[in-house]
Amino acid sequence: MLTRQLWLGIAAQMPSVTGSGSTSIFAPAGTPAHSIFGLSMLVLGITGAIFLVVGGLLLYVLLRYRHRAGDANASQEPPQIYGSNQIELSWTVIPILIVVMLFLATARIILATQDAPKPASALDVTVIGHQFWWEFRYPKLGIVTANELHIPVSDPKHPTPTYLSMTSADTDHSFWIPRLAGKMDLIPNRVNTMWIDPESPGLYLGQCAQYCGTQHALMLLRVYADTPAQFQAWVTHQQQSAVEDSDVTAGRSVFQHTACISCHTVAGTVATGTFGPDLTHMASRDTIASGAVPLTPANLRAFVDNPAQFKPGALMPAMHLNDHDLDAVTAYLMTLK
Amino acid sequence: MATQAPVTEGITQTAPRRLWLDVLHDWVTTVDHKKIGLMYIAYALIFLVIAGFEAVLMRIQLAIPNNHFVSPQAFNQLFTMHGTTMVFFVGMPILFGFGNYLVPLMIGARDMAFPRLNAFSFWISAFAGLLLYFSYLGGSGLYGAGSAPDVGWWAYAPLTLKAFSPGHSSDYWTISILLGGIGTIGTSINIVATAICMRCPGMTLGRMPLLVWLYTVMSSLVFVTISPLTAAQIMLLLDRYAGSHFFDTQAGGSAVLWMHFFWIFGHPEVYVLVLPAFAFANEIIPVFSRKAIFGYPAMVAASVGIGFISLSVWAHHMFTIGMTSGANTFFVLATMAISVPTGIKIFNWLATLWGGKIHFTASMMFAIGFLFQFLIAGLTGIMLSVAPFDWQLGGSYFVVAHFHYVLVGAILFMLFSAFYYWSPKMTGHMLSEKLGKWHFWLFLIGFHLTFDTMHVPGILGMARRIYTYEADRGWMGWNIIISIGAVFQTIATLIFVYNLVWSYFKGPVASADPWDAWTLEWSTQSPPPSYNFAADPVVRSRRPLWDLKHPDDPDWKYEA
Repeated sequence: MLTRQLWLGIAAQMPSVTGSGSTSIFAPAGTPAHSIFGLSMLVLGITGAIFLVVGGLLLYVLLRYRHRAGDANASQEPPQIYGSNQIELSWTVIPILIVVMLFLATARIILATQDAPKPASALDVTVIGHQFWWEFRYPKLGIVTANELHIPVSDPKHPTPTYLSMTSADTDHSFWIPRLAGKMDLIPNRVNTMWIDPESPGLYLGQCAQYCGTQHALMLLRVYADTPAQFQAWVTHQQQSAVEDSDVTAGRSVFQHTACISCHTVAGTVATGTFGPDLTHMASRDTIASGAVPLTPANLRAFVDNPAQFKPGALMPAMHLNDHDLDAVTAYLMTLK
Repeated sequence: MATQAPVTEGITQTAPRRLWLDVLHDWVTTVDHKKIGLMYIAYALIFLVIAGFEAVLMRIQLAIPNNHFVSPQAFNQLFTMHGTTMVFFVGMPILFGFGNYLVPLMIGARDMAFPRLNAFSFWISAFAGLLLYFSYLGGSGLYGAGSAPDVGWWAYAPLTLKAFSPGHSSDYWTISILLGGIGTIGTSINIVATAICMRCPGMTLGRMPLLVWLYTVMSSLVFVTISPLTAAQIMLLLDRYAGSHFFDTQAGGSAVLWMHFFWIFGHPEVYVLVLPAFAFANEIIPVFSRKAIFGYPAMVAASVGIGFISLSVWAHHMFTIGMTSGANTFFVLATMAISVPTGIKIFNWLATLWGGKIHFTASMMFAIGFLFQFLIAGLTGIMLSVAPFDWQLGGSYFVVAHFHYVLVGAILFMLFSAFYYWSPKMTGHMLSEKLGKWHFWLFLIGFHLTFDTMHVPGILGMARRIYTYEADRGWMGWNIIISIGAVFQTIATLIFVYNLVWSYFKGPVASADPWDAWTLEWSTQSPPPSYNFAADPVVRSRRPLWDLKHPDDPDWKYEA
């Protein structure tokens, strides 16, 4: 009842909820999300009509046939009616027709989304889910990054969709950017695919949508849709090896002589761990801890000191560094642009 | 067949007060289906309060973003325990409790087909529930500290395997479900055997009360679907302790295999829970409309149809796991098909009300709430059956709202209705109608505040099972309203519990047939004697008491 009005309210406000903080499925910004949105409006219309008819009838019956103590024959039983084949047949056939129509509309969108031919201009990205962060690999571009996915905007005339091959390193996860497409699960020992094609540049938010363990809630997801020029610049930057700044040799030394390197990679150094996010260009990202907090020196220092401050349950242990080492490592990591 | 003479009334009322130990011994060793039914109901009500309390804690945590009321570990345990408890240790036991109590009485039998199996099933289910909660002391989860299961109520592999869930919390979950399943299968076999073999003279299958029909369908579904669940629990235990690799993805096992096993149980389970709610509605709506149920044969056919179709829809819980377009399309069609027999039921209830004289008792008000809310739950179900829409809505708060609309808006409302209707029969005392109406209105307000609103954050992209959320997503206002609704529901439930207690000690004495109803349970005293009926009833129609009250116009003249 109330629900339906709320939905209508949301639908009416749609232009105003397209800000970058929005994750509304009713603010689509890519082909799959648009076709789902169109289908969902059809479904909402049909179910809304059914609700009005059946709910209205129910309300009418309750008012019309309520027991009135003052009636002359109030104590008599009403006429007993046991059924009617014709009437029952009609309310079997009509729902069947509605179901057939809904089914055909649904099948069309399933096929259009799942079996869409992949254009040669598509970008390939491999997505690997981890407890509790995202690994992104661009096999043809030689880039490995984490938590913030950069992809090009797709112009409808020259579509450059991004095809995601998805799997998991541990438990089940699910990739969900509501404004771009429906969700797709990342399952160990299995490769799933989906595609997204943002129509305008900007940041699209989402998060893991399949319970994956203690910090499922802060396995946040950020997709940056770049203009072709921005994307090219980003690719060129990411393909370079890690910055070597002679001002932070102390921090680099701490980093390379602690357990950091068994889990993290910094390309071109002894750090070649793969259990945690690749840090080669970590300072070029906007957030740390899979989107839990913005990247600032203070946040980074606190996170290295004890990850549970922002993300209790994260698998990175507290490193128990002294203040001097913490400052040095933070300074080093902040240079990894 | 007259209202049965209470031949033993004088004796029971003058019997001397017994020692509490004798009373306890009586209950523990009983094989009387009515006592077992009451124990099922009492035990489920206790767990209902516990699991409801867990829900309230979650709502406090989620009312505002970045809240630190509970830790993520505690929150994950709360939703796991809430879901597991509500499905396995509230929903099924309370419905089996009513089934145990009512099925023999409604078919004119003196007990269930297998009374001792009945007692065994209850006690093993009760033990399983206690075992689950003992995990708070004896378990040890993802974090290694002693505590409760934290893997979610569907416990997807490989999160439940040793690598990700060391310690014993997942073992408590697995073994309590396994044991509870044994009890559940026992009772379901019992109900089917009772309905088939124990009917009184004259009660053909075509004259069996719809409640008994629906309990038969529900019980048949139980032993088809609990079996794969039990098998999966055994496989999981083997994976955890015997080195097998059914679900161990790190050794080539399949995470998807667990999903199939779980949902081939999990979806029919929804119908296991909702068919008894339909069963109550089929008895209560006619009595308070003063009309026979409209289209009895169609109601039976629709129930059996729902039973069969529900076995072919499980993978609609898996639309996002990357099935082929062909598989997705099949499960869309199967899922949509189930709305046809379900629709028939709603229309037949409407036709039953049509032309009646509707009495708005507390019981009937809950039944009407059920009709409206089940309609909405069915319609949001159609939305979720549309696979692409589900790719967006699945795993979000929209789904949480949808299934709570079914479980609370439909099933719990119908259970409350059943309490107001049958508890006079069970306790011999009427519940207060006045408190009942307070209960109804407060619960109705709370329910709609919480679960209408809950659809919205799902549409706005809020995933389920998160212990906190970002402040900039526009979800906070909705979450505050949802949490406020929980307050109303809590107060309403406390009123209900008070009403039960008050009625038991001080409620007006109930006559044998306080609602002027038509089925056999109302022909014996309230509460019924241990043997139910002094003499076997003989029936000639679906409404034996109608025939008795209207000898000039009996039902059997019209029933083919």
